Amino acid sequence: MAVNMGNVMGIIFANMNESVINEITKNRTMGSVLFGGRYRLIDFPLSNMANSGVDEVAVITKENYQSLLDHLGSAREWDLARKKGGLHILPPFGHVEAGLYRGRLEALYGGISFLKASRAEYVILADCDVVANVDFKPIVNAHVDSGADITIVTHTGLYTNEEASSSTIIQTDESGRVCDVLHKPNMAGECTACLNMFVMKMEFLIQLLEDGNARGYFSFERDVLQRKVNELNIRTYEYDGYFSKIHDMRSFVKANTDLIDPENAKKLYLQDRPIYTKIRDNAPSKYDLNCIVKSSLIADGCIIEGEVENSVIFRGVKIGKGAKVKNSILMQDTVIGDDAVINNIVADKDVTVADNRMLSGSEEFPLYIGKGASV
Amino acid sequence: MTMFNKKECVAMLLAGGQGSRLYALTQSVAKPAVPFGAKYRIIDFPLSNCINSGIDTVGVLTQYQPLVLNEYIGNGQPWDLDRIHGGVHVLPPYQKASGSDWYSGTANAIYQNISFMDRYDPEYVIILSGDHIYKMDYDKMLTYHKQNNAACTIAVIDVPLEEASRFGIMFARDDGEIYDFVEKPKEPKSTLASMGIYIFTYSKLKEYLIANENDKDATKDFGNNIIPALLANNERVWAYRFDGYWKDVGTIDSLWEANMDLINPKIPIDLYDPDWKIYSRNPVMPPQSIGKNAAVQNSVVTEGCYIDGSVEFSMISNGVTIEEGAIVLDSILMPGCVIKKNAKIEYAIVGENSVIEENAQVGSRPENVENRDEWGIAVVGHNLTVSSGSYVKPKQIISQSI
Repeated sequence: MAVNMGNVMGIIFANMNESVINEITKNRTMGSVLFGGRYRLIDFPLSNMANSGVDEVAVITKENYQSLLDHLGSAREWDLARKKGGLHILPPFGHVEAGLYRGRLEALYGGISFLKASRAEYVILADCDVVANVDFKPIVNAHVDSGADITIVTHTGLYTNEEASSSTIIQTDESGRVCDVLHKPNMAGECTACLNMFVMKMEFLIQLLEDGNARGYFSFERDVLQRKVNELNIRTYEYDGYFSKIHDMRSFVKANTDLIDPENAKKLYLQDRPIYTKIRDNAPSKYDLNCIVKSSLIADGCIIEGEVENSVIFRGVKIGKGAKVKNSILMQDTVIGDDAVINNIVADKDVTVADNRMLSGSEEFPLYIGKGASV
Repeated sequence: MTMFNKKECVAMLLAGGQGSRLYALTQSVAKPAVPFGAKYRIIDFPLSNCINSGIDTVGVLTQYQPLVLNEYIGNGQPWDLDRIHGGVHVLPPYQKASGSDWYSGTANAIYQNISFMDRYDPEYVIILSGDHIYKMDYDKMLTYHKQNNAACTIAVIDVPLEEASRFGIMFARDDGEIYDFVEKPKEPKSTLASMGIYIFTYSKLKEYLIANENDKDATKDFGNNIIPALLANNERVWAYRFDGYWKDVGTIDSLWEANMDLINPKIPIDLYDPDWKIYSRNPVMPPQSIGKNAAVQNSVVTEGCYIDGSVEFSMISNGVTIEEGAIVLDSILMPGCVIKKNAKIEYAIVGENSVIEENAQVGSRPENVENRDEWGIAVVGHNLTVSSGSYVKPKQIISQSI
């Protein structure tokens, strides 16, 4: 039976997994990390929920959430500025006993009074480390039909040691029930990895939180998925669409540059399920007389006078005359001086690279330049 | 009336004109809603000027093909004009107890909305039109109006003498007071052209609108009736000189030129000024994707485009696709159009969502045309298909697929 998505609440963890790219998340949440030329990572789970008909979304924050608040505003851009439901931001210290949480369970427990007051029947939990266009409707329906206590959204494929050891790996028995959960295992090969999206009943979640609080549990992966794997009916939903999971700087760069291939972009940016973001009202981008741009993504508000290849250029970037930018990611309002040469660089917001400078990282280790730096 | 907060100045934007000289481009869309400058529509300029000048109450008078325009304006949020007090209001003609009337002239359109203006009890009303591209601080003009204790202030711009016969031409004393006015003179004797922007002291505006309405012979037009009447009665009418960029985009040629002006670094209209942004309704699209075979120079491109062909001196609007081998030169591609492989677009305007199939050609360079009189911008209207191998000649305007 089809579930009325109006009865589903979305919960997004804005800070979860931020240590995987700790240079970029030094002063911001994982959710507010800039991505793909004009987005922030939270745009993906938030747009997915909005496009799936979820009209009440809570965003759980921890630290450094100023940029996130600025980005989300009233959530009008995601069509979540609603009278009923809409966007709720749950900062830490939601109640007197709450402190800075150590894991998902504690984080959610900090907002338990909000959850209890909600009329939603089901919840979708999601992190900001997976870039994907997910329709949650079939996932929630599958969850209800299977009678599972928890449904984990997974992807099965070949994983490198690096990828597997930064994921939660799931094993299921013949009936499809989860029988083993390995958190960040040292392994490689074909496995089923958790995409950090979960569906369950609100009532069930509240029960887990109260039980967890009473027993001093804080980790959803360790204290629920692992500890209760035999006790609970945990099932998986295999996601087969396009996605990128960010687990370090290199995978962050790859997730960005993969979208230069229009075939990938077509799978992520679906016309009937657009990815929304904050509007900046930039003018369109200007390509100057002697510029050469190839195999790149360019956002609005840029002025390009030099060469750009295999790069992702965010809103408001200026690239000077004779400058050469290759294999790089230049975030919002960065300025590359005339005749500067840039290769394998990740420049955060408002970076200034002076005229004639040469900067180079490697494909294995892209060179990161912090927000506002002048080089 | 007390239910409404008083507003010092209310803007009335005339957006009902058919724009018949844009032919296929305004067949199903009012002129102010015609796409401009890759991510804008013409009306974004006066609306953004209003909010940037501190005017937060705008009546938009619509009449011709209002569907796209109404939907575009919506609640005014993109221009920050969704307000508790004031904001943007679309004002179509409506049925009254005494009968119903279409707007029969610019003055009549404003006259029919006296009750709208009255609600805000304004001291001043600024009349704007929806067919010009410019950035202007209306507040400076209002200050000038107040300083001169004028009944009406008309924004004017110096135009070349040979173009003066297309405009309403003013004659002003050195201090700025206007003593004569001629609408579109055959042999112009002044180069001070009216920009179609008027600030009125509201009490005077109302007085003259009512008098004009009662005059059975009047054409109910600002240029033909209201301004001459003010001058005849020795009212204080002043010229406010504007020396920035201003362009009327009422014809195919001027629309094309104004778009090209945005590419020309010598033309003084800066859309990148963070203090005077031009706002527009956002189409929600990913960044522009430039393919490995692309060559883009001297052009303006916006979100949602995929370009794998050659683009030079062109304006590429949101969601446009230009396939490998396609060539786009000196042209304007409106939102959503598709230029297939090896198609060629030169000196042309292609309307929204139109598809130019493989090897088709639209327009041509002037050098390639023997008789220059036969040369002009080629236009493909909205939602059309130019089939594979066919040719839209220079100056040809098509409003049906070929």
